[in-house]
Amino acid sequence: MLVVEGLTVRYGPIVAVRAASIRIAAGEMVALIGPNGAGKTSLIGGVMGLVGATGRVAFDGRDVARLSTEDRVRLGMTVTPEGRRVFAGLTVGENLRLGAAIRADRRGVADDTERYLTMFPVLKERLGQLAGTLSGGEQQMLAIARSLMSRPRLLILDEPSLGLAPRIVARIFAHVAELKATGLTLLVVEQNIMQALAVADRAYMIASGEIRHEGPAAALRADPHLVDMYIGG
Amino acid sequence: MDYLVQQIVNALAFGAEYALLALGLALVFSIMGLVNFAHGEIIAIAGYAVFFAVGLGLGSPIAAVLVAVAMGPIVAVAFERVAFRPVRNAPPTTGLLTAFGVSIVVQNLLTLFVSPRPRAVSVFGPLNQTVFVGPYAISSLQVIELAVTLVAIAGLVVFLNRSLLGLAIRAAARDFATVRLMGIRANRVIATAFALSGLLAGIVTVFMLARRGSVEPDFGAAPVIKAFVACVLGGFGSLAGAAVGGLMLGILDVAILVALPQKYGGLRDAITFLIVGGVLVWRPQGLLGRTVELGDKEI
Repeated sequence: MLVVEGLTVRYGPIVAVRAASIRIAAGEMVALIGPNGAGKTSLIGGVMGLVGATGRVAFDGRDVARLSTEDRVRLGMTVTPEGRRVFAGLTVGENLRLGAAIRADRRGVADDTERYLTMFPVLKERLGQLAGTLSGGEQQMLAIARSLMSRPRLLILDEPSLGLAPRIVARIFAHVAELKATGLTLLVVEQNIMQALAVADRAYMIASGEIRHEGPAAALRADPHLVDMYIGG
Repeated sequence: MDYLVQQIVNALAFGAEYALLALGLALVFSIMGLVNFAHGEIIAIAGYAVFFAVGLGLGSPIAAVLVAVAMGPIVAVAFERVAFRPVRNAPPTTGLLTAFGVSIVVQNLLTLFVSPRPRAVSVFGPLNQTVFVGPYAISSLQVIELAVTLVAIAGLVVFLNRSLLGLAIRAAARDFATVRLMGIRANRVIATAFALSGLLAGIVTVFMLARRGSVEPDFGAAPVIKAFVACVLGGFGSLAGAAVGGLMLGILDVAILVALPQKYGGLRDAITFLIVGGVLVWRPQGLLGRTVELGDKEI
């Protein structure tokens, strides 16, 4: 579904991502793991067109490397950004409405709103509340629900566990597993390596801007030394 | 008593006009970080459009109102497309210089191709009559200004709270990158903000023409400075702040004029700005401004 080949992201003289290649098949959940500053978010930025990048990015066989971020989202790729980035001055309901901005099917949007409010009951309770007043975990759930409202075919979660208590992280990952079970294709970027490997099918390990290793999540989970070896955990 | 009521209405009318102008600046600033000093030239061009429309035989005030109100958004969107879009990702000072450039170029073109001297536009004369509300003689124009401003602000509030693009504008004021992640095109959000800002400018054009009865190349220059001050007073980037700042500035202007002896009338602006300066010492972020929070990482 997603094919990235030789993606390089530069900020001036600094190379944040060097010739990274990843592949995600439809229905697969892939983890992108690596330490802080490894270039994970830059790689996602390149995939989504948020930062300037060279290399090939194909979605569903279509070359999207020249498309704007907006157009990539319209094709069915979406990202729940690092740090959640909910619209703090807008209500929970308004956030969800903006998430569905690219859709014209009012009926379907209403159904999906209901569906995700059922999936995240805490959001239903706080529908009219300003998103900025939610707790970190609630904001993360809102950010994920908002991404889902665009009815993506590929959902990229950038550090969904960042700054959250372990109990909340577990709940977020339970939701991720639930989404995976619906057949949604997922790319999860995480520093919380074991948590991500527990749900993912495959994983890419990135360090210093380079993909160091790729393999089944189960194998990496079984042998944590492998992780240490590749990315110096 | 009569004088007092007149001056109160006068103050509110000036405040309303400043509020509309300040809202126009704040709308664009809130999402782009651009202080559009060419906002005054939107008013000037709309004013000349009315002048030419009347010349071509569109003599009715209603037609002239439509011309002004339609020209505002058209000119504003054209400025964005031609001048501001190419420098959108440049540093803020580039945008500011671009705005000054547009302002100067438009004023010079109007001077060169129309005339440096004021052109009479009397079509809105009928709006400005003395009416009696109970025992008080007041200007009908000022009452209209107040009413129209209230309707315009209410309309703006409804738009920003109910429509998808309105929500996108509010969201973009804090985090444009994430709005784009929703698949909402940046160009559309920005063009809408400019169009709204131009619409408000078009409304102000009608009021200014009705009061002055003429248009000249620097027609919009002084009001925009006032609007800028109103924004600073209210808190730059805050829409409510712009409205409140505009109203306060209008009231301040008129109150000082009333309080000062006739021969010191020229000190009005100096005293106004002194008071605004004082307010900013007390509240540097403006009356309703908030200190900007930045996310931990920009993408």
